[in-house]
Amino acid sequence: MSTPTSTAGHHATPAWKEWVLTTDHKRIGVLYLVGSMAAFGVAGLMAIIIRLEQMELGMQYVSSGTQYNGFLYFHGAAMILAFLIPGLTGFAANYFLPLMIGARDVAFPRINAFSIWLFYFAIVLALMAFVVPDGPDIMWTGYPPYSVTTAANTSMYVFTVHLLGFSSILGAVNFLVTVIYMRAPGMGWNQLNIFVWTTIAAFVLQLVFIPVLAAAVTLLLFDKYLGTHFYDPSAGGDVLLYQNLFWFYSHPAVYVIFLPAVGILFEVMATMAKNRVFNYKAAVYPGIWGIVAIAGIVWIHHLYITGMPDWIRLGHMVTTLLISVPVGILTLSLWGTLYKGAITYNTAMMYAASCLYLILLGGLTGIPLAVPTMTLHLSETSYVHAHFHFIMALFSAFALFSGIYYWFPKMTGRFADGGLATLSFWLNFIGVNVTFWPLFVIGKEGMPRRYWNYEMFSDMTVMGYSFEQYQTIATYGSWVIATGMLLQTINFIYAAFAGKPASLNPWNSQSLEWTHTESPPGPGNFGDTDVVVDESWSPYNYNKG
Amino acid sequence: MRKLTLAMTGMVSTVLLSAQAFANEAAGNGLPVPNQSWEHLWDEIILDITIIGVIMAVAAVIMLVKYTASSPDEVGTAKELDSVQSIAYALIPAAIFMADDFYLAANGWTVWNEYRRVPENAMEIKVTGYQWYFEYEYPDGTTTDTLVLPHNQPTVFRMTSDDVIHSFGMPGFRVKEDIMPGRITYIWVNPVEIRETLVQCAEFCGDEHSLMYNTLSVVPQAQFDLWLAKMAAEG
Repeated sequence: MSTPTSTAGHHATPAWKEWVLTTDHKRIGVLYLVGSMAAFGVAGLMAIIIRLEQMELGMQYVSSGTQYNGFLYFHGAAMILAFLIPGLTGFAANYFLPLMIGARDVAFPRINAFSIWLFYFAIVLALMAFVVPDGPDIMWTGYPPYSVTTAANTSMYVFTVHLLGFSSILGAVNFLVTVIYMRAPGMGWNQLNIFVWTTIAAFVLQLVFIPVLAAAVTLLLFDKYLGTHFYDPSAGGDVLLYQNLFWFYSHPAVYVIFLPAVGILFEVMATMAKNRVFNYKAAVYPGIWGIVAIAGIVWIHHLYITGMPDWIRLGHMVTTLLISVPVGILTLSLWGTLYKGAITYNTAMMYAASCLYLILLGGLTGIPLAVPTMTLHLSETSYVHAHFHFIMALFSAFALFSGIYYWFPKMTGRFADGGLATLSFWLNFIGVNVTFWPLFVIGKEGMPRRYWNYEMFSDMTVMGYSFEQYQTIATYGSWVIATGMLLQTINFIYAAFAGKPASLNPWNSQSLEWTHTESPPGPGNFGDTDVVVDESWSPYNYNKG
Repeated sequence: MRKLTLAMTGMVSTVLLSAQAFANEAAGNGLPVPNQSWEHLWDEIILDITIIGVIMAVAAVIMLVKYTASSPDEVGTAKELDSVQSIAYALIPAAIFMADDFYLAANGWTVWNEYRRVPENAMEIKVTGYQWYFEYEYPDGTTTDTLVLPHNQPTVFRMTSDDVIHSFGMPGFRVKEDIMPGRITYIWVNPVEIRETLVQCAEFCGDEHSLMYNTLSVVPQAQFDLWLAKMAAEG
């Protein structure tokens, strides 16, 4: 059993204990969802403040550059480390991976519980940035020497990364062992859901690369507080050491986000189109594993303007461009899954369809950035900012939302679809376009990142409009997004308790999380009978013949 | 197989030929103008990704509309691919993407060389970054905090920082490079237009990062000489 009960059996375990002491992967998944959405909310509020400040030249709302920098730091760090990664690998993987492979829980449920509590402690530590007088102002990248010489509290950043990193490494061990050893009898590797494959790939990346990030930030901690000189050239250190260590992890980290997001889309689209995955083996082997293979040898594209030797900048131009090959193969499979399908539209499918647009915009605008020549100008401009928002913030977040709507009836027994869902979808979709397109335009002309002041561009116009006008439009877009996200959150909470009741498999999916479980699945997931499959079984068995 | 070889040959030739187009940019002083080559390359790459994006977007829209179910029980009719089709649908797109990648890489490489190869006759200005301003040292030893360059005189900036990482960015010249303590980095420009543009710090460096900028004026040689003499006299 997954929850503790009293020995006498007369007193039910209080609800709070069932959640705080749980080792059930589904409950842990919900805890990740709540935590990551809370982080999204706070970091989103930061974005609203940042956008408000950027609307006009000069400083209007924040009290100082340092305060602005503090908001920017929190926004970046929380969105990547506390929303996207935990939402996609913590919530989605936890809740659904064991179900998809016919397992009753993960391999190490208590370590799973430890992971979620490390995550929660990390969020508390991150939020303390607003409570202490010297919260970090070092951006999520934390480059020394500034992060060493600043008066702000860099250790909060380091310890947050330690807690989250530890949580992720334990999660990686847990899920890799689970998939290798706990698949239902008869389930071969080529019968796994694409979401399972993308989650495995994401966790392999986490396992291999997080220790390098840990090294980067730990040496930073030592330099700032213990008087070492790893990053101090005046005593034999090198500032670029940090950036290389940092980005050696942080580039693969984007695939930790991208791959599960794509995996969710495959699940939603295969089910809603009632169609097999197009070219499954190509999607998995050259696609997903091709990305993993190349993910670790492109990090220098984050250092294109740092004076690294020319040969390595050009070498990583080639590898960065080449990663478009496995991404292209995976994307082609995604597109192909629609071909000759029979699509029914729900909110999940609407988000999935919007993701097809967002992946094109986010992915293709990365191509100029793969070329160091282009990045010599575009680096540190709003162009980069818009690019990574389209692929990480928008594509990956919308894929997560698609997954939440899709799996909502399984988690709650109720639909989250409805008028409010549709309205919030359109507000979100329109809002993100209104916010980020202007930033591409002014970014190309040089609008810098991490600036609250851009008076130096007061005379510049692009297509007849000033930078301020573009920034103002972007800010209006952020209000549209804020409205959409608020309505969506209200909808999720309302629907969880009072949404329209759903059957056990309302989308008629062939995947195990739908075909063999209650809504929500009970302890042990599958009742008394273990799940067994044969070689003809597939989670995508829709097509006749 | 032959068709594939022909296609590949065609693509490789296109790559090499178009790379040539970037190799001979020249202007008033007969030297490359990297920021103009940058704009050319930008136009090429944007065209490239727009074509790919439009094809994929149109395909998506067509399928999202065309393959809508007409009844809730309808299922998709996609056939499973056999091994030949499976491999073809992976290899052929891979070859196309790779050819496009090499085309972009070749063009990118050519313009990269323009950016990194400093002309022999370049004037050297030493740049030091501080929190929160740049200091310029001209060849005669004069130091200033604004930048004036003589028209048509290629100039190389050799740069370092006194404290934290900054970045010497000149958006008008489509170039920037980080400046760091303990290292010397360089960029060069070919100022073929008389104009006023900007230098701005492009690496987060603290409270006044947004205020770390100065003007960059490109002026006729005679006017530059006067200005430099004036700066030297002011000490």
